[in-house]
Amino acid sequence: MASVLVRAVRSCTRLCAAKNWTAHGRSLSSNPGGHSWSGIQYTTDMLAGSSPHKQQVFRPMYQVLDHTGKVLDAAQVPDLSNTQLVKMLELMITVGVMDQQLYKAQRMGLISFYMMSSGEEAVVASAAALAHDDMVFAQYREPIVLYWRGYTIDQVLDQSFGNWLDLAKGRQMPVHFGSKDLHFQFISSPLSTQMPQAPGYAYGIKLSGKKNCVICYFGDGAAQEGDAHAAMNFASTRGCPVIFFCRNNGYAISTPTHDQYAGDGIVSRGPGYGMESIRVDGNDVFAIYNATKHAREVAVNEHRPVLIESMSYRLGSHSTSDDQTGYQDMNIVEQWKREYHPVIRLRNYLVEKGLWDAEREKGLLAAVSDKLKKGLNRARDEPKPHLDYLFEDVHSKLTPRLERQKREMMEHIKEYKDYYPLNQHES
Amino acid sequence: PDRPPGKTKMSLTSSRLVWRCLRSFSTGVKGWDSPNLPKGYVAEPSPVKGETKKMNLVEAIRSGLDIALQTDPTAVVFGEDVAFGGVFRCSVGLQAKYGKSRVFNTPLCEQGILGFGIGLAVHGNTAVAEIQFADYIHPAFDQVVNEAAKYRYRSASLYHCGRLTVRAPYGAVGHGGLYHSQSVESFYAHIPGITVVIPRGPSQAKGLLLSAIRDDNPTFFFEPKALYRAAIEDVPVGDYTLPLSQAEILHEGSNVTVIGYGAQIQPLRQACIVAKEQLGVSCELIDLRTIVPWDEDTIIKSVCKTGRVVIAHEDTFTGGFAGELIATIQAECFLNLEAPIQRVCSWDTPFPLVYEPFCVPSKYRCFEAIKKVVSF
Repeated sequence: MASVLVRAVRSCTRLCAAKNWTAHGRSLSSNPGGHSWSGIQYTTDMLAGSSPHKQQVFRPMYQVLDHTGKVLDAAQVPDLSNTQLVKMLELMITVGVMDQQLYKAQRMGLISFYMMSSGEEAVVASAAALAHDDMVFAQYREPIVLYWRGYTIDQVLDQSFGNWLDLAKGRQMPVHFGSKDLHFQFISSPLSTQMPQAPGYAYGIKLSGKKNCVICYFGDGAAQEGDAHAAMNFASTRGCPVIFFCRNNGYAISTPTHDQYAGDGIVSRGPGYGMESIRVDGNDVFAIYNATKHAREVAVNEHRPVLIESMSYRLGSHSTSDDQTGYQDMNIVEQWKREYHPVIRLRNYLVEKGLWDAEREKGLLAAVSDKLKKGLNRARDEPKPHLDYLFEDVHSKLTPRLERQKREMMEHIKEYKDYYPLNQHES
Repeated sequence: PDRPPGKTKMSLTSSRLVWRCLRSFSTGVKGWDSPNLPKGYVAEPSPVKGETKKMNLVEAIRSGLDIALQTDPTAVVFGEDVAFGGVFRCSVGLQAKYGKSRVFNTPLCEQGILGFGIGLAVHGNTAVAEIQFADYIHPAFDQVVNEAAKYRYRSASLYHCGRLTVRAPYGAVGHGGLYHSQSVESFYAHIPGITVVIPRGPSQAKGLLLSAIRDDNPTFFFEPKALYRAAIEDVPVGDYTLPLSQAEILHEGSNVTVIGYGAQIQPLRQACIVAKEQLGVSCELIDLRTIVPWDEDTIIKSVCKTGRVVIAHEDTFTGGFAGELIATIQAECFLNLEAPIQRVCSWDTPFPLVYEPFCVPSKYRCFEAIKKVVSF
């Protein structure tokens, strides 16, 4: 009798296990419904699908051009013209010269501040993959994107000196460039604030029916701000045609990425938002180009955001106010410069194709250097904008209070004109 | 602007004042039970000509949003719970009428709502964002002070987010406590580059909201939630706007300039009535309407005439907007002042639940301030 009972219980248990029945006798494969539950199955394996940190799997980096310039898969070489490829290399080399010379200019007290893009020049390839009028929301280390679209060295210098030719009338520090004609939002210093704005702008594009997208650049540090989360969530839930392009260069000022996040970088967050995500070698112009082109197609045609994480390495200090030797291993920096710099592999590729040589490079270096030297002297001697502009553009129209304050300031300055740097400004 | 010369002679001496107070005291404090005192919100006549309909504050705002969506094909309304009609019902029916792409829910994220709204406005759309309670707007502060307010200035008007309007219910509601009663206008008044508007009732709200939405500067529109259902009056059904940065004199007077905005106008009205009945004091009641940029000329002209000022707002004393008004008034009207300026505000505490009646600048405290300022 007892053995029959035991056998009955045992077979019942097995039956229950086989059919996934709960103790209440309800099928585990059904659930009460409700939309946040739909599609989600039950399981008796508590840790199924969980990824404890010790077993972390790292998304690999997409690469087409290896660090020597060898093509890994000929079918994936982008359909860029020779002109575009040469333009890319020229800009990358130009930015290198600008970085060196403007850094020196800051140290000499000519300009107040500067930030180098050294090591991250390959981001220019993302600009090549966009339409000219795709709006750019950037962080600050992407000036090469603006140069690709036509921003000139003279404009860089005018902005750096904040003279009367600066598009923003001298209101911001160097490096805080922007342009309406080139579809590039003005840089602001607080990090990641541009991020939720990008999907908002993109939503406007979607409503208008235009076939454009937005690209939003940000760094590995900025990606930790609440604004970054807000941006990706809004873009995904509202279906915004925006590309989130993260430049993971290993550092946020002195903070290395292992103090910045514990998961697999930023690309791993894509699935959390239901968003497609791609990790690329940030020193490979072809990989960046292909990923951005694909992301653009998804964004424009499917109104879905795409996340690209571009792995690179910051070769310079954070800015002229920082000294990387205090925290970066300069041996690694030198090794990267020698072996992994994005210019090396593109140069090798183009030399191989007969599209570039040492002569051309020498000529380019000299021309850029000369342009910078002349430009620095010119921009420095241009006057600063008129004092009236101190009060303009706060609101759409000058308010009565600001009118009064302007008058008060002008009267004060008239009396103390020898003590204010009036002669630096347009009169 | 011309200022009236000198001051108007005070018609009450201190002794007459004392006599009147004694008289009312001896017959019982009837002033507050007077039949002349309104029981609740004082409905106003329509500010513009045209067909009107009885609406409460919610309905007036909804009507404003409806007209904005109707007249501007780029207009978009969004925020938490906006799709089903909003927790205060301000967007009821709008999604059905204008579609899911123009009226929609956002994730629960105020910094996202502001950032998204700024981006939309920069694109050229009219972006009308709702923040569920002013108490929750704080995560968005960075987007306001560092982005919205500076967008135009930092690009020399090449870009701007002027088409952004952010609406939020503010103020005491009887049972809100710390986190459903806040006044936040003083934080925002301090930021150059934005506009802050606070309406006192339904017909004002609709006209001011439409102005705010159509204005080319990012505007913050704080709605007195206590009046959402309680304030009912004839509101024009059509499209109309009321001017920003213009204060409004609700009733002229000669003895005291009384300044307030939003829900505070109601207790101030009552205090002015009692001051007239009990003290014979003639108050000039002014609704500031736009907090920044504010209408200095109307205020200064009034103060130069009366020489005495009482300012009341629900926000706390320290750092509250009354400080800015007083600083300007004393600088511009010093010799015209007959008494120190009185301000009546909430005590400097977080907004308490059970102590609310004691904390807010009640009509009794407002009356006492008027009495103080005339008996200096």
